[in-house]
Amino acid sequence: MANDKINFEVMKGEVHGLLGENGAGKTVLMKILYGMHKPDQGQIFVDGKEVRIDDSAKAIRLGIGMVHQHFMLVPSLTVAENVVLGLEPTKYSYLLNIEKTLKDIKSLSDQYRLQVDPKAIVSTIPVGVQQRVEILKALYRKAQILILDEPTSILAPQEIESLFDAIRALKQQGKSVIFITHKLKEVCAICDKITVLKKGKVVGTVEKSHMNPDELAEMMVGHEVLSTFEREHVAPGKVVLVVDKLKALNDRKILALKDVTLEIHEFEIFGLAGVEGNGQTELVEVLTGLRELKSGKIRFLDEIITDASPHRRIGMGFANVPEDRQKTGLILDFSVLENLILGQQDTPPFATKWSTLNLGNAAKFAQESIKEYSIKTPSDHTLARYLSGGTQQRVVIAREFSRKPKLIIASQPTRGLDIGATEYVHKKLIEMRDQGCAILLITADLDEMFALSDKIAVIYEGKIVAVKDRNKTNELELGLMMTGGKCE
Amino acid sequence: MENVSRKGKKTDNPGALLHTIESRLPPTVRQRLGNTWFRLHPFITSFFDKLSRNLARFVRGIVPQAVAIIIALLVGALVLWATGHSPIDAYSQLFAGAFGDSYGLGQTLTQATPIIFTSLAFLFAFKSGLFNIGAEGQLLIGGMAAALVGISFTNLPFYVHLPLALLAGAGGGALWGFIPAVLKAKLDAHEVITTMMLSYVALYVTSYMVNYPFKAPGWVAQTPLIAPAAELPRILPPTQLSGSIIVALTMVGITAFVLQRTTLGYEVRAIGLNATAARSGGINVKRGMILALVISGTLAGLGGAGEILGVERRFIDHFSPGYGWDGLAVALIGGLNPFGVVLASILVGALRSGGMVMNRVTGVPLDVIYLVQSLVVLFAAAPQLMKYLSKRGVLTLRTAGRVLTRFKSILKNVRRRLKEEEL
Repeated sequence: MANDKINFEVMKGEVHGLLGENGAGKTVLMKILYGMHKPDQGQIFVDGKEVRIDDSAKAIRLGIGMVHQHFMLVPSLTVAENVVLGLEPTKYSYLLNIEKTLKDIKSLSDQYRLQVDPKAIVSTIPVGVQQRVEILKALYRKAQILILDEPTSILAPQEIESLFDAIRALKQQGKSVIFITHKLKEVCAICDKITVLKKGKVVGTVEKSHMNPDELAEMMVGHEVLSTFEREHVAPGKVVLVVDKLKALNDRKILALKDVTLEIHEFEIFGLAGVEGNGQTELVEVLTGLRELKSGKIRFLDEIITDASPHRRIGMGFANVPEDRQKTGLILDFSVLENLILGQQDTPPFATKWSTLNLGNAAKFAQESIKEYSIKTPSDHTLARYLSGGTQQRVVIAREFSRKPKLIIASQPTRGLDIGATEYVHKKLIEMRDQGCAILLITADLDEMFALSDKIAVIYEGKIVAVKDRNKTNELELGLMMTGGKCE
Repeated sequence: MENVSRKGKKTDNPGALLHTIESRLPPTVRQRLGNTWFRLHPFITSFFDKLSRNLARFVRGIVPQAVAIIIALLVGALVLWATGHSPIDAYSQLFAGAFGDSYGLGQTLTQATPIIFTSLAFLFAFKSGLFNIGAEGQLLIGGMAAALVGISFTNLPFYVHLPLALLAGAGGGALWGFIPAVLKAKLDAHEVITTMMLSYVALYVTSYMVNYPFKAPGWVAQTPLIAPAAELPRILPPTQLSGSIIVALTMVGITAFVLQRTTLGYEVRAIGLNATAARSGGINVKRGMILALVISGTLAGLGGAGEILGVERRFIDHFSPGYGWDGLAVALIGGLNPFGVVLASILVGALRSGGMVMNRVTGVPLDVIYLVQSLVVLFAAAPQLMKYLSKRGVLTLRTAGRVLTRFKSILKNVRRRLKEEEL
């Protein structure tokens, strides 16, 4: 049972936090409200009237808007086209009225402090902005109640601040916001009331004035949460990866990396902090061989690998935990087993010398991985699509880490994961470091950055603005540098 | 998200059924089953596991297809009834004609054979995410290559000549798949356009060849007969069923094996399902696409060779009534599964050969058969095709939108200029 006799109330003009671990039933509850799931029993009231929400169209008519964790945008359309999708203003009844569209969006985005460029193509804008588009989409459909499903899991600190600004603006204008999250800090920062869910049941609802993070965490997981990580200091070893004056273009053919230079050692987690969209994605793509570079050099151990194919890099000991596990990390319509051998499908023990697959070895490996990485799946032939976000990430990690890599590139490795899964990923990363791996950690979460990294670099507008020892910097300083503020 | 996983559980955990049954047995029975049972237990469980999994997959695949066929036949019955024919009579004649005797069966399979090849060809490219609609051209070129080898040698033994002719057919098709593949990989030319256009090139090139350089004496545009050593033997005389069907079924097996059990098949499927993740996993996407199209062309080319060497025995201008285009529809009816494709090809073959009998006996026009066939395609293929088209459709709409906007701004400019000139 995903939701068990839940009572839940939201007032007009209230920001209501819904707190719980992944799998606590938050998303299911919201899907019921948005007409994507049918409740087996119980009633829903909107404005005091009992309603039946059969599908999302009905939910929209009732003024319920939803911003999904995984955005529902058409990547090849512009921001404006996405916002009006399905409700396009027309003239002469058949032609798109582009001026009116742009004007409507402008006024909406001013009213709620959601800055977007209506003419930008969605696939080329950072996720933080994509999220604003999703919110605008809901508002354009006259949403009175806005459901935000884990909205901050993909945002950098500054973006979170501007999201909170927008939420406050929404609140002022009398909209209700349901804010789903598993991050305590945010809940305390923005919510007027908090409902904590655990295993499909409401543990309690707390007013803002009675909030206490420790207590909430206790309610949420039922045991004390370790927010800081025990880790011993290990001296870094020899240089594994050298990146020298890297220049590369982004999808819009604009220079996204401007002379990026860095060095990563064995036994070292090298954190790269930055607001999303400052070149991190491009850097990862260049390092993994997926993006061409304009100039510069990449050296791995003693070899120049600037032009090596992704395949070759994997063979040399690269592992990649990509930012978007559903798009880049996994093949959702492949089974767990098939996903686990991706990248090694042509090497022993999974391939024979006749280039056929050794499914016996693959199955054995899958069973071992499922056990070792506690992948919660009914079986190894379940499609990756049917797994939860945390489990999907475990599949990616199992695949990448069991290759015994020398270098791990981990982008936002805990994005969208609950506390348990996050702790697991952290533990694994530290474990790999202690075994001698060089790790490049790219994350928007500064807590994570400080918890894991040995060294922290800051990237801003495609440039590395500083490289600091973890102990010799703090969140304030990093935050300043990440936003292009002055440093030193 | 966690809860979504439950969806997968029901069908994916059939071994549990056995445990349930076992736990419900009375203790005495369990004791009697004793050691043997427990020793066999893992094997039995895994056997049931596999069996039920495959069965479930089979049922899941075949049900929508069967429904489509039944609906199409019902609509066809309605048309028959409305035009004053007895649907029962017509359909029983159709069935009897297609499967009733060995002659009918032979003709059904003869009709099905080239379609098995072309639908396999479409399927293979589709698995890598490519839409090869040029099987017709690949089949024609393959057929021509086989015919040329067939007429060029006169004293080769059959065990050299026949394989050589088949290989030539495969090679011709492969070449006709390679061209669009390279255009795609190097120049990003859309394969739908290039494969389709190359089909017309193939049609006219082969037509030219049989009309001029390789024309046999006489009025008909055809090559001379191939040497007997290059012929694929007829299996079921007096029908035209030839060894080509054995080649076809072998290819079905090989295709299924390649897709499921080899590195190449794995990579091709990975590319088709998620090219980004495949690339990030170190798969050479361009190479995979080229190989997939070449293999696709090879399969269609072999189909052409099979027709020439087994049925026609010479290249006759326009010998293919559109087998290549049928392949696309049949692959979709067959649920894009190599074995499903065989069933679907036999269905279409049966409609054609049975249809002729039905036409002869009951006087129902053949058009009804084409109607039923088209309806089957429509109902069976629509969901798959729709899914594909909707993805492409958005792109097309976007382009159209761009063009419109651009056009509008040009108009605006022109209007402004005109105004300025007036002033």
